Amino acid sequence: MNHYDAIIIGAGAAGLTAGIYLSRAKVKTLILNEGAVGGQMVLTHEIANYPGIESISGYELARNMKLQAQKFGAVIKSNIKITSFDLKSNPKRFVVNGKDEYTSDVVIITTGGRSRTLGVPGENEFKGKGISYCATCDGDFFQDKEIIVVGGGNSALEEAVSLTKYASKVTIVHQFDHFQAFEHYVNEAKNNPKIDFIMESKIIEFIGDEKLRKVKIQNQRNGEVFEKDIDGVFIFIGYVPNTEMFEGILELNQYKEIVVDKNMATNIEGVYAAGDSIAKRYRQVTTAVGEGTVAALSAAEYLNKFEKAEQVAEVSVA
Amino acid sequence: MLRTNLTHILSEQEHAKLLQENENVMVCCGRMGPMCIPVYEVMEELENEYPHVKFADMEFDIPDARVIRDLPECRNFAGLPFVVYYKNGKVVKATSSIQSRDQITSILDQYFSQEVKETATK
Repeated sequence: MNHYDAIIIGAGAAGLTAGIYLSRAKVKTLILNEGAVGGQMVLTHEIANYPGIESISGYELARNMKLQAQKFGAVIKSNIKITSFDLKSNPKRFVVNGKDEYTSDVVIITTGGRSRTLGVPGENEFKGKGISYCATCDGDFFQDKEIIVVGGGNSALEEAVSLTKYASKVTIVHQFDHFQAFEHYVNEAKNNPKIDFIMESKIIEFIGDEKLRKVKIQNQRNGEVFEKDIDGVFIFIGYVPNTEMFEGILELNQYKEIVVDKNMATNIEGVYAAGDSIAKRYRQVTTAVGEGTVAALSAAEYLNKFEKAEQVAEVSVA
Repeated sequence: MLRTNLTHILSEQEHAKLLQENENVMVCCGRMGPMCIPVYEVMEELENEYPHVKFADMEFDIPDARVIRDLPECRNFAGLPFVVYYKNGKVVKATSSIQSRDQITSILDQYFSQEVKETATK
């Protein structure tokens, strides 16, 4: 019988933190993860604002969290596919890869988010052949070449500046007439002689042969379309929450983020959520860790209603 | 050396030996970076499911990785990792940038399936 006290969906910072807390509380915990362990944390080259750790790579931090959760007894199954599930039943039920069934008394959803794509013609075709979503991974392929950075938030402007180490010229293409980034990022970009700006504009098509050669750009104010020869395009336009599977089941806001209360509880009893999949303002490893903690403690308290009460109660207040 | 549990290819000679000794080979050439790590993890998991395939990695930045970097199939790649699939020492497929488990198994099933193997030996 594959029954667990708690099932956590997702193994990013929030999910692994919840896994650490619950398994340390002797709650029999299973973490089901559709991708690689670490989530968006792994996409971060250097984490320098995690209290107590001066600097660490996202990969190292994720690896440490994973080992910590496993050490306390959490079972992690990654690269799986949840093919069906029922959050309203008691116990909650999940079918993995169309065959393996797991049940639990409580569920924590930490499915996180993924990089937003432009969704225009040519984008899939030229991914890895001129289009990238990771400056630290692929920046050095564009030594002395001309590139575009798409976006106007902190990531876009920060990465645009970092890419000037390699590129001969960086053009930032942004859909609005202003940036959403912090002022110091904007100033740094504006003061960099290698960076140009095309504002109020969108890329509407990627064009090339065996690799990306040019982009088609449309001005959002007057509709004018023009082409620009380019060697590479880096896209940093935010994240979309991985919540499609919960549409019509959990309460989501207009951005498809899961609505939770201060205890990280969703609209379904015994189902909690934390991390980048929930409605919130700041998306940081530290906030995900905090929410994972709250979700785990809330889940532990919920389990107290069942027979696991004595095991969980002491640790939940420790 | 990459921190994975895969077989590490450390030189051109080891690369050649691996291709010589194995009919089906998948090599992920990358760094310990955001786009590469998920691919290594999938490969580690698939080692048990595809015993007829040899899974290996190679550090992208060592000089000997030219055996991957300089392949004609990779000449237009500009995204890590470079993943190359070999059958009987010949490249049958190469991909650039992050790939999901489904994308990888789809390639393995297409080029290295047991059925293909049986047909090829008839």
